Amino acid sequence: MASLIHCPHCGVRPKEEFSIRGDASLIRPDPEASDEAWNDYVHIRSNPRGRYREHWQHVAGCRRWLVVERDTFTHEVFAVTDAASSAREAGR
Amino acid sequence: MRYSAFSIVKNALTGNVNWTPAWRQPEPKPFYDVIIVGGGGHGLATAYYLAKEFGLKNIAVLEKGYLGSGNVGRNTTIVRSNYMLPGNEPFYEFSMKLWEGMEQDLNYNAMLSQRGIINLYHNDGQRDAYIRRGNAMWMEGVPAELLDRAALKKMLPFLNFDHARFPIMGGLLQKRGGTARHDAVAWGYARAADRLGVDLIQNCEVAGIRRENGVVTGVETSRGFIGCGKLGLAAAGNTSRVGEMADLKLPIESHVLQAFVTEGLKPAIDHVITYGAGHFYISQSDKGGLVFGAEIDGYNSYAQRGNLATVEHVMEEGVTMIPGLSRVRVLRSWGGVMDMSMDGSPIISHTPIDNLYLNCGWCYGGFKATPASGWCFAHLIAKNETHPVARFLRLDRFERGYPIDEHGAGPQPNLH
Repeated sequence: MASLIHCPHCGVRPKEEFSIRGDASLIRPDPEASDEAWNDYVHIRSNPRGRYREHWQHVAGCRRWLVVERDTFTHEVFAVTDAASSAREAGR
Repeated sequence: MRYSAFSIVKNALTGNVNWTPAWRQPEPKPFYDVIIVGGGGHGLATAYYLAKEFGLKNIAVLEKGYLGSGNVGRNTTIVRSNYMLPGNEPFYEFSMKLWEGMEQDLNYNAMLSQRGIINLYHNDGQRDAYIRRGNAMWMEGVPAELLDRAALKKMLPFLNFDHARFPIMGGLLQKRGGTARHDAVAWGYARAADRLGVDLIQNCEVAGIRRENGVVTGVETSRGFIGCGKLGLAAAGNTSRVGEMADLKLPIESHVLQAFVTEGLKPAIDHVITYGAGHFYISQSDKGGLVFGAEIDGYNSYAQRGNLATVEHVMEEGVTMIPGLSRVRVLRSWGGVMDMSMDGSPIISHTPIDNLYLNCGWCYGGFKATPASGWCFAHLIAKNETHPVARFLRLDRFERGYPIDEHGAGPQPNLH
């Protein structure tokens, strides 16, 4: 994993300032959605070897939720964006 | 060739030129009744018990690298059965009993050393939790012993008892816990399985799973198509990738766990000791090196290497528990890819595909489970029926709402 992460709000900061939540491709289902939809959301993971989008929180900085796109095998970090703007771009 | 004291003397007297390879290097046959994907501890143990206990013939183990090149050769070799939950404890105790007879059974020295494992506690709440765990163990017939500070001071005088933040108040001891030589476990199972006619096929990576009419008919591999009657997956950190070939939706994330070994020392640490205020665990190998590790790095990874921040954290925990460690030099460190499940407990299960079986989710605790994992998986494949001690370890427990969460951390693999 890269040691330095480029936070869109705080600039280049050490990775240890961030807390990792997990897979950012999951979308919380409607409260009335089926058990299967909720099971997929809570338990099922694509777990790719390669490009992966993850939710990180900059807990020792701006405390914003971020989407970090990185490679799970080479540990290269491609992009860091604010989670709110990513969601907006996705039309949510 | 059967190994014995006599065979050692005989071969020594004849110049040690008559030793034969421990297993064959067979070419893959076009069809096997059972194929196991993954030539690690669990896959090899499964093949061995399929042949020995369930009388199956025509079995192959496919391994993409060399036998034992994954986590069975990259762990901290700890063997124990000190779990609390009813879904886990009988399974791990079954494993512990198999460990105790394994070397005779395999005719191979796995250097099992039941030196005792001690979990330290640092406050009243933790003591109560350990009493509860010890009682849960006793209820499954597994002896456990609570040690107070005085008893612990006599046994482990080098611990940092009076640490200002995390003083050591005592520990929970499982005397039958200990360590085993990890590579020897893989080699022992491989050799014993080979002697029963199992084909161990190395450098054979599975690239696809062929299905017809909803059942598996074989696997595409780097050495061509191989047909099979039943297919078992024991691919550890690569489970999701292999599962994807059969469109399985799995509750697994792959994470990296690091481990460390120091230069060789004279005998200093007689037990396996785990730190209660962190995740640190340590033992001394028979070569003299201190073997230790702690938490997973905390992010999804398929790389067999970790981060320096975790290295620093592990060292800090170790020195907090045993100040003398600060004088020891670390020789090497390495990482392994863990198949972390969503509740921290393993999966030995049927899948939605009739003749496809799944063995995964070992998190960072698969080594101790090797014999029972192999036995229960073999039972499942041979009889198409779950083994009684593995009945809670089913894949569908997540959707049914019956997770086995020892830590109570919820479906968040990087917290288990």
